[in-house]
Parts: sequence; C-alpha cells; structure tokens
Amino acid sequence: MLRRIAQKNIARVAGPSRARLLSTSAPRQADITLTIDGKEVTVPQGTALIQACEQAGAAVPRFCYHDRLAIAGNCRMCLVEVERSPKPVASCAMPAMPGSKVFTNTPLVHKAREGVMEFLLANHPLDCPICDQGGECDLQDQSMRYGSDRTRFHEITGKRAVENKDLGPIVKTSMNRCIQCTRCVRFANDVAGVEDLGTTGRGNDLQIGMYIEKTMDSEMSGNIIDLCPVGALTSKPYAFQARPWELKKTESVDVLDAVGSNIRVDSRGVQVMRVQPKINDEMNEEWISDKTRYAYDGLKYQRLTTPLVREGDRFVPASWETAMETIRHGYLNSGARNDEIKAVAGSLADTEALVALKDLVNRLGSENLTLDSKLGDKPPTQSTDIRSNYLFNTAIENVEDADAVLLIGTNPRHEAATINSRFRKSFLHRGAEFAVIGEKFDSTFEYEHLGTSPKDVEAFLAGKGNKGFAKIWKEAKKPLLIVGSAVTETQDGAAVLKAVGKHVLDNGSKFLTPEWNGFSVLQRAASRAAAYDIGFTPSSSASSVKPKFVYLLNADDVDPSTIPEDAFVVYQGHHGDFGAQFADVCLPAAAYTEKAATWINTEGRSQMGRTAVPPPGASREDWKIIRALSEVIGNPLPYDDTLQIRQRMFDISPTLVRYDHIEKPSLEIVKTGLQLLSSLSSSAASSNPLKKPIEDFYRTDPISRASVTMADCSKAFTKKQYELSDVDGQAQASFA
Amino acid sequence: MIRSRAIIRSLPKASTSSSRQIGISAGSVRSLATVSDPPVRHYGGLKDQDRIFTNLYCKHDHGLKGAQARGDWHKTKEIIHKGDSWIIQTIKDSGLRGRGGAGFPSGLKWSFMNKPGWEKDPRPRYLVVNADEGEPGTCKDREIMRGDPHKLVEGCLVAGRAMNANAAYIYIRGEFYQEASHVQQAIDEAYKAGLIGKNACNSGYDFDVYLHRGAGAYICGEETALIESIEGKQGKPRLKPPFPADVGLFGCPTTVANVETVAVAPTIARRGGSWFAGFGRERNSGTKVYCVSGHVNNPCVIEEEMSIPLQELLEKHCGGIRGGWQNLKGIIPGGCSVPVIPRSDCEKVLMDYDSLKDAQTSLGTGAVIVMDQTTDMISAIARFSKFYKHESCGQCTPCREGTTWMMNMMDRMVEGRAQEREIDMLLELTKQVEGHTICALGDAAAWPIQGLMRHFRPEVEARLAAFHAKNGQTLFGGALLSEADKRYAIPDNLGGDATRNIAQQISAP
Repeated sequence: MLRRIAQKNIARVAGPSRARLLSTSAPRQADITLTIDGKEVTVPQGTALIQACEQAGAAVPRFCYHDRLAIAGNCRMCLVEVERSPKPVASCAMPAMPGSKVFTNTPLVHKAREGVMEFLLANHPLDCPICDQGGECDLQDQSMRYGSDRTRFHEITGKRAVENKDLGPIVKTSMNRCIQCTRCVRFANDVAGVEDLGTTGRGNDLQIGMYIEKTMDSEMSGNIIDLCPVGALTSKPYAFQARPWELKKTESVDVLDAVGSNIRVDSRGVQVMRVQPKINDEMNEEWISDKTRYAYDGLKYQRLTTPLVREGDRFVPASWETAMETIRHGYLNSGARNDEIKAVAGSLADTEALVALKDLVNRLGSENLTLDSKLGDKPPTQSTDIRSNYLFNTAIENVEDADAVLLIGTNPRHEAATINSRFRKSFLHRGAEFAVIGEKFDSTFEYEHLGTSPKDVEAFLAGKGNKGFAKIWKEAKKPLLIVGSAVTETQDGAAVLKAVGKHVLDNGSKFLTPEWNGFSVLQRAASRAAAYDIGFTPSSSASSVKPKFVYLLNADDVDPSTIPEDAFVVYQGHHGDFGAQFADVCLPAAAYTEKAATWINTEGRSQMGRTAVPPPGASREDWKIIRALSEVIGNPLPYDDTLQIRQRMFDISPTLVRYDHIEKPSLEIVKTGLQLLSSLSSSAASSNPLKKPIEDFYRTDPISRASVTMADCSKAFTKKQYELSDVDGQAQASFA
Repeated sequence: MIRSRAIIRSLPKASTSSSRQIGISAGSVRSLATVSDPPVRHYGGLKDQDRIFTNLYCKHDHGLKGAQARGDWHKTKEIIHKGDSWIIQTIKDSGLRGRGGAGFPSGLKWSFMNKPGWEKDPRPRYLVVNADEGEPGTCKDREIMRGDPHKLVEGCLVAGRAMNANAAYIYIRGEFYQEASHVQQAIDEAYKAGLIGKNACNSGYDFDVYLHRGAGAYICGEETALIESIEGKQGKPRLKPPFPADVGLFGCPTTVANVETVAVAPTIARRGGSWFAGFGRERNSGTKVYCVSGHVNNPCVIEEEMSIPLQELLEKHCGGIRGGWQNLKGIIPGGCSVPVIPRSDCEKVLMDYDSLKDAQTSLGTGAVIVMDQTTDMISAIARFSKFYKHESCGQCTPCREGTTWMMNMMDRMVEGRAQEREIDMLLELTKQVEGHTICALGDAAAWPIQGLMRHFRPEVEARLAAFHAKNGQTLFGGALLSEADKRYAIPDNLGGDATRNIAQQISAP
C-alpha cells in the first residue's frame, strides 16, 4: 500500500501528467499532523485514519475497508484507540484529525479486535481445508494474527446456514462463509454498475444477493472474487484447481483488448492456473474484465503444437525443417514478386513479430502489409503518420476528469471494460454527462443517444441543437470525444474523422490545452497501435495487387475474400482458429503468456509481457519463427536475439521500447494530425448506422473462442440462456 | 410501614408550591447556626397548571379548536419573530435535555445547526422528528401524538425556526395508525389555518411539515437509520462523522429530535426557560412524561416533575406495586434497553438522568417497567435479548453476531442449561458488543444482561444448579455431559475441567 502511494506520487510528479497537479486535480488540502503510536505523521486533510495508520507503519486489520470502494465501516475490525474518545473508533470511517493521538497497539485495541474476530468466526464454518480461499484468506490470516487461540462458540443451536446463490458461470458462492463485509455489493454498485446486488434481511439473517434469483450480469464480475476477504465468493472455473502457495506468479500484460490491463499470471508447471489483476493506478486500477481473467483456459485447447503442412484436404504434422522448406518451395513456386507478397497481422500479434514480419516482407520488395480488420487491406483512413490520430490521447487515468463525453461508434463496456469502469466512476461521483452516436448499448452510465449514423455525427458536431447534451457539450470545460476503432473500418470513416478533426480544431481552446487532450481514438485490438506505430499498413498501390503469397500472422478475423484461391498461404499463430483453415502451412507460435513480448496499448503505452509458462509442444516465439524463415528463404534478418530486435525496434521508434511510459505528442503535432483529418477527402456521410464491432464480448479472439469458460459466459450473458441451478432442490453441503 | 414512609415523604409535597419559600425562611430563622444544611427540596407532585401535555388521556378535542382552547398556537408568531438565537437561548436556559433517551442538552444540539456562516450554505435544512417510538415499555410519544398533536406541529415550527430549518419530517412508527391520523389531521388543520406552510402564522417564515410513516423496524428509531429510511433506503445506521447537522437528510443539515423534546418547546418559549428549569434537580430540569407498565395496580402515562422519587411515582400515580412494595422484584426504569435495578435501589433513586446513572442504569425514555416477585427475571431479560436479536440491522459485526449469540445463551440460562462459567463468558460477550458498534443498539442489547447479572446473579446460578441437579452437568454450549461421547476426553474449553473437578469432589468424600 505504501509502495503504491509512493509510486503514484512519483508518477504524478515525474510522469506525463505533471501539469495536472496545478490546474485540474482536486485542490490539494492542507496537511495535518497527528501522532500514531507515538510516531508523528503528516497526511493530507480528509485522509481516513486507517490510511494515516498505514503511513505510520502501523498495520490495521480490516475486512470491509477497501481503498477503491466506498466506506462501509461495518466489520469493526479496524478499531483503534483515540485519545479522549471513550470508545474505540473505527479507523476506516474516521477522518484523521490534526493533533489527535492514536494508539493501535493497546490492550483495549487488542481486546476489541479479538472480540470482533470471535464474532466473525462464530458463524463462519470451519471450511478452511476444503475452501478455495485457503492460503489467501483475510479471515484466516487475521484470525491467526489477531484472534483468540481457541473457540468459545459451542452453542447447541449451531451455526448459521445460508442458501448459496447462483451468480452465473464465473462466481461460485458459498454463502455460509460470508462475513457480510459488503465489499461485493459496493463494487457491483459503484464500479460494475450492477445495482441489483445488495443485502436482504436483517440482523443475523442478513444475506448478500439479488433478492430474486438471477445471475450477476457484468463483464467485471470476476473482481468480486478478489474482493471477497473470505471464501464466500470464489472462482467457479478455478474451483479446487490449485492452492495459492503452489503457484508461480508472473507479472504480465493482458492482450485480449487494447487496454493492456496489467495482470499477474499464476501458473503451475506448464499450465496457466489463473489470471489476477495487478494494480496499476494509471490503467486498470485493481480491476480486470472477465475475459481477461477467465479466457486463460482457452490456452489449453485448439492449440497448434507442431508445424502442420496441408496435404490435400488435411493437415499433416511435420518437423520445423519440413515446414520451413515447404514454405520456401511454396513461396518460390507461387512466383510472388514485390507486392504480390502479402502479410496480414491479427489482433494478437506482438510488436516484435510485427517488426520482424515487416522487415522480412519489405526485404522481399513488398509494401503489402495489411491488417485483418475490415478494410484492413486498404491504407488506413486516418493518416497513421501522426500518432495522435489513432491513439487514446487523453490517457486512461485522465478520462475521469472529463465533464462531458461523446462516444462515436463505440461501446466501451465491451471494447475497453476497465476504461468503462472509470466512466462509471466519473458518472457517479463527478456528474459527468455522456452521449452516444452509434448503436445503442447497455451501459453502466446514463447517456443521451444522439443518433446512429455518420450523418448524425456531422449534424451534431456542426453545432445543431441547443438542448440537452448539445448544450452541455458546448459548455463543457473538458470535453472528451472518443471515436471507436470500428468507425475507421467503415466506408464512412473518413467522413466521420473529417467532421471530428474539424470540430476539435475549431474548439481547440477546450480540446487541446497543455493539460487536456480531448480527442481520443479507442482501439480494441492489442496489436493495432503497434502496427500503426511501425507502419504495418499497405501503400495504396500495393493494396490493389492480387497477392500470390499470403503470410497470416495471428490473423483470425481475416476476410476470406481477400485470400485468393491459388495463393500460397502460411498461418503463424497459436490456435487452430479461423485463419489456420486457409493455410498451406501452419506454424505453431507462442501465446501471450508464453513469450516475452512488447505490447503497445491504445494509449500508446509500451508494456512488456512476460513468459509465465513455456510454449507447448514445438511452438516457438513469433519473431524467432520469422527470423528462422528469413534464413530459409535466403534473406536473413539482421537480428539474432531479443536485445538485437529491441534495438531494431528502438531504431524504428524509440517509444516502442520505452516501457510503461506514454510519449505525449506536442500540441502542434496533434493539431497537424487533426488538420490531416479535417482535410481528408471523403464522400458525404451516409446514414448507414455505425454498428457495434463486438457482438459477443466473450468470444472475440482465438483464445477466448477456445475457452470453455468464455463459452459458458457467452451462453449465460450474451445469449441469456443460463439455467439457474436448483438451489432448493439439491442438498447443500458447505463445501458444495 | 413502607407505605407510611411514603406518605410521610409525600407530606411536604402537599405544599410544594411554597416549599422553596419555606426552605428559605427556615434558613433565615436559624441565625445562630454556623453551618446550615441546604434546604431539602422534594421533587414531584406536579400541579395541573404546570402540566404541558393537558390532553394526554384524549379526554378533550385533539383538533385545532381544542388545542387552541388549551393554549396551543398562542402567540406563536411572536415566538418566531424573536428569532433563532432567542429560542435557542430560552431552551438552553430551560435546561431541556433530549427526551429520546440519550439526554443530550437540546439547546446545544439545536445550536449546531447555526454554525457561523450557515446562511451561505445553499442547501435546505431539515428538522426530523423521531416519532418511531418502538422501545418496549415506552408509550409516551404515542399519547402525545394522539391527544396533543398540535403541540408537536407547533413544536416543529418553533424548533424549526430555532435551527432555521425549511421543513420538518415527522417519522412516525408504522404501527401508530390512529396517531398518524391525528398528526396528519393536525398538520392539515394547521396548513388550512395558515399556521404552517408559506408565511407560517403570518410571521413571514416559510415552514413545511411532512408526515412519514415507517414500516415497523425498531432500528429506524436510531437517528441516522431514520434518515436513511426517509430517504427510501434500508434503515441502517450511518457512520458518524459526518453528523446529521453537517450531512443529514438528503445530504442536508438535519437535526433529529424526539417528539416530546419538540412538543415541549412552544410551551417553554411561552412560559420562559426559568419556569421549566424550576422543575427537577439541577441539570435534570423540567417535566417529563413517564410511562409506567408492568406489575403496578394502575399502569399509566403521567406527566410529572423530573427527579420525582421512583417509589413516589409508583405509589402516587400507579396505585403501588401489585401486592405491596415488598412484592417488588426489580424495575427497569427507562425502557427495555437499560439495566434492571433491584428493590433496594428502587427505594433510593430519583427519576432523572443523573440519579439513575449513579444507580448504573439510565432514564432512557422514562418507560418504567415494574416486575414483582412473580416475574421470572431471567426469562424477562431473555425476551429482551430476543427482541434485540430480531431488530439488529445486521450491518456491523458485533451486533449482528453478538445479539444472536447472547440470545442463544440467555435462552439456555432460562432453562438452566449452562455452565456457571458461561455467566462470565456471557458478560464478556456483552462487553465485546458494547461500544464497538456503529449505533447504540449493540449497547442496548448488552445492558439488560449486564443488569441482570449485576443484581440477580444468584437467581441465575440457582437456576443452573437446579438444572444440573435434574439433568447432570452440562458442557459449554449447552450439551449435556451424559450425552457426550464417552470415548473422548472433553477438552477444557468445552467445560471438561469443570466437570472433572465436580467428579473429583463427588468421589473424594
């Protein structure tokens, strides 16, 4: 915690947001000084006493308190003694007062903690041996540290029994263990936007639940498992799979959307056992989406583990040598020259592989570098010469500061779930206003729907209308305009971007200030920003050439019509998904948990993913495969190890290897980019509706499509076909 | 004999009105003495002209006409015109303390609403009247609202003016149907007569009064839970700070006050603070509506002077204890949340905050529950424990778990199915609950048990002994030793050591 605060402070001072300190962050309150256990600490006014205690190095036990949730003050575990207060004080709910003397280590405090602990354990079943929380259970740890050494609870009436709730395919409940801290309730209401989770009943019969039986329909529901301090809410897919002390923990980056949430991959042997969030205040805070958390079982199924060579209508396993030779023959036989060599990069391609593939294809004389998105084989609508034209310039941690947000053709809930939780925060706590142009979606904040088509975008941005959001938008001090990545994948992309560019430039005094950049593009594919950064885009002449040799790098959303029947096709990737079926040769590569690779997120932040488990079977890291292939083809790439390829990346763009840092463009550059946008030549905006690119949040990429858990989630939440288990009918053992 | 003593005690009371003068003149006669005892003042025997609630028994019209005939709404406009600081000063002078149980000085509490610079705060301000009278044994507010609803409505206006409130919310207990109708009738009449609403009483002050009916949860009588309940949420107490005077109803400055506290305010303002302060002992001044229930010959609700001796209150107004004073076992002097006191204490205490506090109990709401020798005291307190278990909101741990545990143990004590050591354990549990909870319900659940064990522990021990004699020893938690699995040794924390000791004692001689 201390470290986190320290990190945050450092980031605030040294990071890109230095300017915010002066003008936009909440006015810094005066510091106050108080004494905790005889040690003086200085904290900002309004700090909770429990945080002041932390700062003084005095550990205070807690169950209900969580620094990212509202304060409930109901567990009473954090009682401390304050001088001149007759009763012990709940330190989480008490603001630190100047000059007060606080004691966290007195007999009164010990007695109070022991008493509360005894009460908590009175109705808590002795499930520890069969409870999944064992080993990472707050109740277990704190009862060892602060509790009594023996029980006095022997009542013949026994312990409380509570019916389990069925919250869906992700959260497993064992409500006997619940200590009613209400962390899950507060998370569901304040962060996830599921307002139906709450408490029912009173006194000892207080229960957590939805009152009526239904699932917890949220893409963030997995976080309540982490929040639960006991084993009441545990993970259904992970149930009885592993104990925390068996797991190797690897800090890495998520790639299933473009946010690049920081994660911790827990593995045992060669298997990824689970994925947990890693705290990063600038990005995902402490949350990750259910897809990030639970798609990992897709890493076990449908994998390409050996090179495959097509023989007639079937694939035959082959050695690497054979596969490479086959490719060489295929390449030479296809007679592909220059732009007839086409590379297609998918959403899960890492930056190293993109660089290596681009270098190779360029060396063979081609500029035909395409993406597997819609219109990805054409030069991108927005000019990618200027970085700010395709990045989330506002930066994730700043979106909370926006007072009016206009979303064009995007559903942040599915395209960037963790950013969406920040929208909910600013909606609840700052009264931010939202509007959407594009397909409607089930949001966690209220928004005004301004239209569905590019025409509506033009009309709104032209300043028509003076009511509702239009008025708010004009008066907004920090407007935030977010264009979804799907917009640029339509024929109308140019028209929309033109209108947006013009609007932002016209209102530059509000959108573009030294501390605020209100124009953002929200990418949804992990590799996209990197692809644009290194110029993995076709020249206009190349894009019209019919390819003879096609190299699919993780390209699973590729349009089949762009792959000619007679072309020689190589697929490199980790799953036998959509792209692999077109291949003449499949090359097995490593998935994101199996390689150390660079990922550029939608903000343009470069992050390092780390190897948690070895790649399965004969599969290899992506860039190494391309490097080897270049050797076979007779045009070897000039880098032999990771350092050398990172050096090559640095030569292309230093931002690629400046890890955990956002390179912020200057205002002039941003304006130049916007001028490029506003001078785009485009046909008139059509009235075709802007569609949501993600229909099924749980099945967007090869990994999540291979995941059984995601299939269950899709069935339960997208298709709404979940059958609630018959809670009344079956016997409920506490371990069930 | 006891009776005669009571009569002797009440002799000077016959001339209460002149008792002060007698004391003074007696002092002046004894001119030779160097030390003179301060004159002994006797409290009690409130005269009819000093009664504030003159329609407590609903013998007269409770409507506006009847109320005005009894002096309500008389010169309210002038009171309002005197301004907030005058009203608060008058209340402070009167020494009025909150009648809801805690006894916080009302003038001081109301003045928290008028912090320096309050005029700049654009938020509306509220007075919330706590009419959620749910404490078992208490029925004073009910009688006030039934008979004198206009006193309450006028009190809302006066108290509201004192704290510069824009509106008053009267949160009335859901079960009080007739009372709610009477209060609503009074509000409607007052609106119609221009006494409240826009330009209330032609004073230029705008003031609204709303009635809000609860749904029958005891915890909604806690001030912050009450606020939550009015806001439409679950009635669960809030954390303090922030206190309601800063962030209260709908996030606005709010003061929550008991019905009786509010209803006496206009009369105090009319008759002056010193008049009210003239009753009762210092720091416990005023008159108080007591509600006496239980084993008295004539249970009643009666307005009396503060500091009236408990015995006199019972003898004079309630016709004495059923079967005579000697038949008295114990009295709970302030509603079910305060500890019981035995007869010896009942003879000594005065009915005010300080005297009862010295007797390790509390005035609470002034609800006197009388229990004679026929009462099973353990069972009575166990019933209270059940009540608190049922009414705990379940928000915070000590109360949620503690009340259930205490109830289970008390139920066993009633039967006698417990080990003697568990009495101390139960007391420890009450200490673990007391003072560790968000609101005072945890304390209220703990105190009756502490009172029981303080004064009636031998009775509990006898009950246990009787049970053991009949059924053999019990283990901790209530299981019988005879039913325990004989193949295993019984651990000490289940009471094994105690049973072994007993076995040794039996086999030794």
